[in-house]
Amino acid sequence: MTSLPQPLDGDGAMLHPELRADDDADAIIRDGRRLDHAEASSKPLRPPPEKQPRGAKIHRSRPVDQAEAAARFIAAPEHQKMHDERLWDLRQKRDREMHGIPEWEELRSLASAIKEHTLTHLDEYLDQFEANARANGIHVHWARDAAEHNHIVHGILSDHGAKSLIKSKSMLTEECGLRHYMASVGIEVIETDLGERIQQLDNEDPSHVVVPAVHKLRTDVAEVFSRTIGTDPANSDVHYLAEAQREANRPLILNADAGMTGANFVVAETGTFVVCTNEGNADLSANVPKLHIASIGIEKIIPRLEHLAVFIRLLSRSALGSPITQYTSHFRGPREGGEMHVVFVDNGRSERLGLAEFWTSLKCIRCGACMNTCPVYRRSGGLSYGATYSGPIGLIIDPTFNARKYSNLPFASTLNGSCTNVCPVKINIHEQIYAWRRELVKQHEVPFVKKAAMKAAGELLSRPIAYRAAIASTNVALAHLPRFVIYNGLNAWGKHREVPHPPKQTFHSWYHAKRGGTK
Amino acid sequence: MRIALFIPCYIDAFFPEVGVATLELLERFGHEVMYPRDQTCCGQPMANSGFNVDCAATEALFVRNFSGFDYIVAPSGSCVHHVRDNFDAIEQTADVKEVRARTFELVEFLHDVLKVDDFPWANFPHRVGLHNSCGTLRRLKHAKPSELNEPFFSKPMDLLSKVRGIEFVMPARPDECCGFGGTFSVFEEVVSTKMGYDKVSDHARAGAEYIVSADTSCLMHQQGCAERIGVPIKFIHIAQILNGASA
Repeated sequence: MTSLPQPLDGDGAMLHPELRADDDADAIIRDGRRLDHAEASSKPLRPPPEKQPRGAKIHRSRPVDQAEAAARFIAAPEHQKMHDERLWDLRQKRDREMHGIPEWEELRSLASAIKEHTLTHLDEYLDQFEANARANGIHVHWARDAAEHNHIVHGILSDHGAKSLIKSKSMLTEECGLRHYMASVGIEVIETDLGERIQQLDNEDPSHVVVPAVHKLRTDVAEVFSRTIGTDPANSDVHYLAEAQREANRPLILNADAGMTGANFVVAETGTFVVCTNEGNADLSANVPKLHIASIGIEKIIPRLEHLAVFIRLLSRSALGSPITQYTSHFRGPREGGEMHVVFVDNGRSERLGLAEFWTSLKCIRCGACMNTCPVYRRSGGLSYGATYSGPIGLIIDPTFNARKYSNLPFASTLNGSCTNVCPVKINIHEQIYAWRRELVKQHEVPFVKKAAMKAAGELLSRPIAYRAAIASTNVALAHLPRFVIYNGLNAWGKHREVPHPPKQTFHSWYHAKRGGTK
Repeated sequence: MRIALFIPCYIDAFFPEVGVATLELLERFGHEVMYPRDQTCCGQPMANSGFNVDCAATEALFVRNFSGFDYIVAPSGSCVHHVRDNFDAIEQTADVKEVRARTFELVEFLHDVLKVDDFPWANFPHRVGLHNSCGTLRRLKHAKPSELNEPFFSKPMDLLSKVRGIEFVMPARPDECCGFGGTFSVFEEVVSTKMGYDKVSDHARAGAEYIVSADTSCLMHQQGCAERIGVPIKFIHIAQILNGASA
């Protein structure tokens, strides 16, 4: 039996016998003729595809329980395995590309230095960009926060009587909740990135900054498309699904009133900006309608065009393990008869810039390499974080938006440090995760149980005599308690793994017995 | 050379043989090794969970126990990482700084300080998979992590290569974290154990009879995972092999 649905012939059992292929391996031939009664043409039933695990449960500002959502993701083994292997594959491709560049580590240092310089002179470079961009005929707007951003964009669209907006992928607009806002004012938003469109149709956030639907199996996509654009629910052939989506989306793109992009880099000296995609969808979004709006975080700026080369060499290699994105488009100004707007968004960035331990998180170029390498992320799925930014970079950015809501996230890490090593701009991600834990404890954003346990541990471990007594009873307990006492729902260690076998004696008592007294 | 032995709490309680091997191994090189009796822990469990204040007393005790030695050696990378890189809940007096700077993990002590080039008593005719804990790999820099474009080196591999009969196998993801992560192992136990299952399965597929590591905490977690899902693999600390354990 075939375990994966096949295109066209996948539902042979459902087809009229005449429609079935001649070379059907399951056919039974008698006397040179094919036996076509029900039993013969019946194929074994396929089990229904594994249901997609959904993300973290969100209750307003209550702390997101990442561990709970991650456990549900792991309970869906097909999804978890595909997700882990797909992202690990990206990590391996990244390694291959890295080894092709002898000066890789030097490039990372250079990129980091350029970003740190720019972030510490942010006002100057933003002013320089604004002046140069205006000279290029670009309208420049400034938004303090998400709400202001959405109002400005809405205003520009209203001025043009625009009712539909095609847009390319932008984490900033996710951060600002642009789609929800536009829906509330009656403007239709159409995502042009395939993965992002899948997520939009499924009414789900992107789970990854570069590959937004990476947590979905193709059977999940078939389900979403059958519900939303009328594809055959049983057909999960990738080409069929991609083509169906293109057919459905293309007319919407061609008839849209306005286009929106983000930007990967903004060049101060030229007053231009750069968008990198692999589908060319940003170019459709920017070039089909006459009105182009670019929403850009203020940290995206770099001083000079020559600096761009450093980042372009790092970006796609780190993200997908490809030398460069298929499209690297420079936007220099409105075309004849068109209009171009840049909306710069702060939304907490200035405040983050003032955080001594965390400001370098603003160096991030959103490549997603930290997610691809993160062993926790690969096993949890990006939606388990319940935040715009998931994975390691999310752990250190999300709490700046809402310390209480995202107070569990910095604990969703083993502090293994792989994220820091793959980061193309050398953000010390794992050290910032560690620092966030301290910060959240300081701000009293950790559960009481944990607090009490740590206080008790601290007291015990600083009193040698009490500690010795406790150790002795622990080992006695492990050696003599019945199994169900050690392996129960309350003992988190023993739920899914065995506890260590208690030895006859501790090292301490061995030393005392064998070596007697010293210091 | 006066060496103080630091035996972290979980090694003391669950893996005394690792402490014994470390002690005997250091003594083989003719050094005076002492075990301060009042030692407990380095404070890492509280600090890693963000509770720096709660580890101040434990850190102070550590300094009281380990002041005045030429070296403090521990068979645990993550504890040494804490002492060396994060041990800041207490005032950084000259004494505290001294203790922090003199604290070494066993592999780096043998490799960088004693510069051992032979273990004539060691013979381990088995296929082993080396597990570099994240603390030793990326903080103490025992070896080149796979993420970086730098020349290859591996201190534990250098030492183990001097053991007769040993054979190395290479898992598909050699430096993927095993999921222990200190308190992560209980606060995120499902992800933690899934990572552990994947880790031990990877080593088993590569043909390892043993997983060897400089961190007992990772081994304790991996052993618990392997036993639960029935992966027939054994676990041993690097100190035991270098001290001449035969199996």
